[in-house]
Amino acid sequence: MHDVLVIGGGNAALCAALTACEAGASVLLLESSPREWRGGNSQHTRNLRCMHDAPQDVLVEAYPEDEYWRDLLGVTGGLTDEKLARLVIRSTASCRDWMRRHGVHFQPSLSGALHTARTNAFFMGGGKALVNAYYRSAARLGVEIRYDASVNALELRDGEFVAARIGDERIVARSCVVAAGGFESDREWLREAWGQNEHGEWPADNFLIRGTRFNRGVLLKHLIESGADAIGDPSQSHCVAIDARAPLYDGGICTRVDCVSLGIMLNRNAERFYDEGEDFWPKRYAIWGRLVARQPGQIGYAIIDSKAIGRFMPPVFPGVRADALDDLARKLGLEEARFMRTVNDYNAACRFGRFDHTVLDDCRTEGLTPAKTHWALPLDTPPYYGYALRPGITFTYLGLKVNEHAAVHFGGRPSCNLFVAGEMMAGNVLGKGYLAGIGMSIGTTFGRIAGMQAAQAARSGNAGSRYADE
Amino acid sequence: MQMSDNVIGTNTPTDSEAEVARVMQICNACRYCEGFCAVFPAMTRRIEFGKADAHYLANLCHNCGSCLHACQYAPPHEFAVNVPQAMARLRGKTYADYAWPSCMGACYRNAWGTLALALLASLLLFALMPAASVFQPVDPPGNFFAFFPHGTLVWLFGTIFAFAAVALGVGVSRFWQEVSPGTPSAPAASEAMRNVLTLKYLDGGHGEGCNNEDDAFSLWRRNFHHLTFYGFLLCFAATLVAAVYHYLLGIHAPYALTSVPVLLGTAGGIGLMVGPAGLLWCNLRRHPLHGDPAQHTLDRGFMLLLLLTSASGLALLAWRDSTAMGVLLVTHLGAVMAFFLTLPYGKFAHGIYRSAALLKWAIEKRQTSGLKLGGD
Repeated sequence: MHDVLVIGGGNAALCAALTACEAGASVLLLESSPREWRGGNSQHTRNLRCMHDAPQDVLVEAYPEDEYWRDLLGVTGGLTDEKLARLVIRSTASCRDWMRRHGVHFQPSLSGALHTARTNAFFMGGGKALVNAYYRSAARLGVEIRYDASVNALELRDGEFVAARIGDERIVARSCVVAAGGFESDREWLREAWGQNEHGEWPADNFLIRGTRFNRGVLLKHLIESGADAIGDPSQSHCVAIDARAPLYDGGICTRVDCVSLGIMLNRNAERFYDEGEDFWPKRYAIWGRLVARQPGQIGYAIIDSKAIGRFMPPVFPGVRADALDDLARKLGLEEARFMRTVNDYNAACRFGRFDHTVLDDCRTEGLTPAKTHWALPLDTPPYYGYALRPGITFTYLGLKVNEHAAVHFGGRPSCNLFVAGEMMAGNVLGKGYLAGIGMSIGTTFGRIAGMQAAQAARSGNAGSRYADE
Repeated sequence: MQMSDNVIGTNTPTDSEAEVARVMQICNACRYCEGFCAVFPAMTRRIEFGKADAHYLANLCHNCGSCLHACQYAPPHEFAVNVPQAMARLRGKTYADYAWPSCMGACYRNAWGTLALALLASLLLFALMPAASVFQPVDPPGNFFAFFPHGTLVWLFGTIFAFAAVALGVGVSRFWQEVSPGTPSAPAASEAMRNVLTLKYLDGGHGEGCNNEDDAFSLWRRNFHHLTFYGFLLCFAATLVAAVYHYLLGIHAPYALTSVPVLLGTAGGIGLMVGPAGLLWCNLRRHPLHGDPAQHTLDRGFMLLLLLTSASGLALLAWRDSTAMGVLLVTHLGAVMAFFLTLPYGKFAHGIYRSAALLKWAIEKRQTSGLKLGGD
């Protein structure tokens, strides 16, 4: 029997496995995907949001704890737990040395990613390189790793972990960490969570999943049904407007289209529906998924003219291109007259200022609803480009309630040997909204806490094993 | 999804050029690999990847494999991004397309045939050339020139080498003109030289080296390449010193074991034994998705020819006073001649085009980018 069973194969699971191993526990890690798809959503990540009081290797200037906390409070609108949040924030100040010891390399902030050199430490090669490094380190330390191992149920007794089940196979361990991700790839659950809208549509049917197809929330659902305390709203998630041509799963980062703030965004009826220039794109990209999800047909159309070309990250798919606006409307399948009215109204409302997309400039509309408050330039320079966008779910926020020891709770009481990390509990810190790189901060922090707690629980000997042979 | 239908901005590209443009368009929207090497920073200075850009980036790629193992879009993902493979395939086309005279580009389509023909012809030439039987002892022992007059050898090798230099020069200057970033400044030239001599971009960007059989990093390939490259340079230096001895100092071969040409040649020969043998070992163990399988014969043939050259050279030194000297000499001269003949039509060309690409990069990175990407 292993001391610690880790269920999941992404960043949080690996951090838990490595930490438990370092604490002297024998560890078995079960990844539900085949080896080539291992790592869950972590393979699509790129950085870790880090507090630091002075410049540190790839991080410039300082990003103090309180600023980090205020940023988090801002995006979540208070749907967070200050104690757990500060625990995460503080741990990011020092966790990178541990990460480096396990083979993770960092690189300077990527080109085209403005405003991140101060707050985010980028993984060299991205999240898959990090996941590879952790798996190599885990193998070196003697962690036993099984792929294609989908746990579908846990045996629990009075909130204590006894065994995990893969079909008929029963796997016992003294303690357990679940870090098996959200439920975004369970289409039925997503459908149910978003329900039916006023047009009789099921919005979630039109969602794309940016991450792994293996996050089907099997354990999350099982644990909630088994009485574990849940936290969060199942309709809340990291949700970005991505190219409608993106693959159904694993589109990752490259399917995003970053030109929204440089043009206008229309819905299926060729109407604008939100201020495209409200704030810098890095601070706004994560709200557009939900905004598009609330539009009819769950589709939006980002329209730009040639002035925007070369000013935003090149998208993976080329835009629909036309030399005249009415032609663009036809090519996008939007009603021409309404499209022209919307664009003409917008163009007429633009008040010329000094355009500068690196600051909150003074180019705005007047007398237009909704207004575009920055970077409002008329669409007047052909060729014009249009991109159809759909909501793309990165991960869901519904999770299990934890304390600072990452313990799963049953009826308000912490389990003595069942712990949770990563997306399955990120909702404790992140009730809504998103801060770039905080998912990996939560996963790393709580992964390590869960691993340490699980190793201690296994060592204390009074947990799990007493039922294991029954 | 048919990604290739959506690729923008190439001027009637061939398949391998279109594939580089396709993967670069995906990479340019991701950029996670920027820290590994020069290919990705060079990519971010572009939003379209025409034929010339594709060839430039392909030759900038050192096939280290880091970006493949790190890639969230690598097979089995439906995007099937394999940058090292796309680049390797296109490099094969660079060598063939830019070869001079252009008909000789066909050599790259049959690397074994080219190598075998060059080697057989060279061996035959040196086997038939001597007036006396090569199995006879010579006086004094170790006197190569009893079989081959010094002047004849100099004329033969000099001509072939000069031709190879011209052929490679014409090819690389055409390559240079296609993407012309301007004239190199001294700092740019010295950075490019440093990147060539240290094989900077086989260090993985973090100093732990490149990938070979899996996602772990290793410096073996870089070290074996260093042994090969510097071994070659030492052998070249040995020849130059010997020329100085012969023409300026009037000291004629055979040279003593402790003489400068023999010491340089021996050190170089050992490098050229261990280096190519190691590279071959790495090559045989490479991950199947690395590089272009169609170029295995080109790569391995070149390593084997280098091994034959160094092994016959060292054997010649060891047994130069025996009656085997004649046969060993024919073998060694044949191998060297085959090496010279295939310089512009074999794997050797990679070093020339890659150095040119590195120089382009060193110039380009010092220029301000025309793009102003503001998004996250």
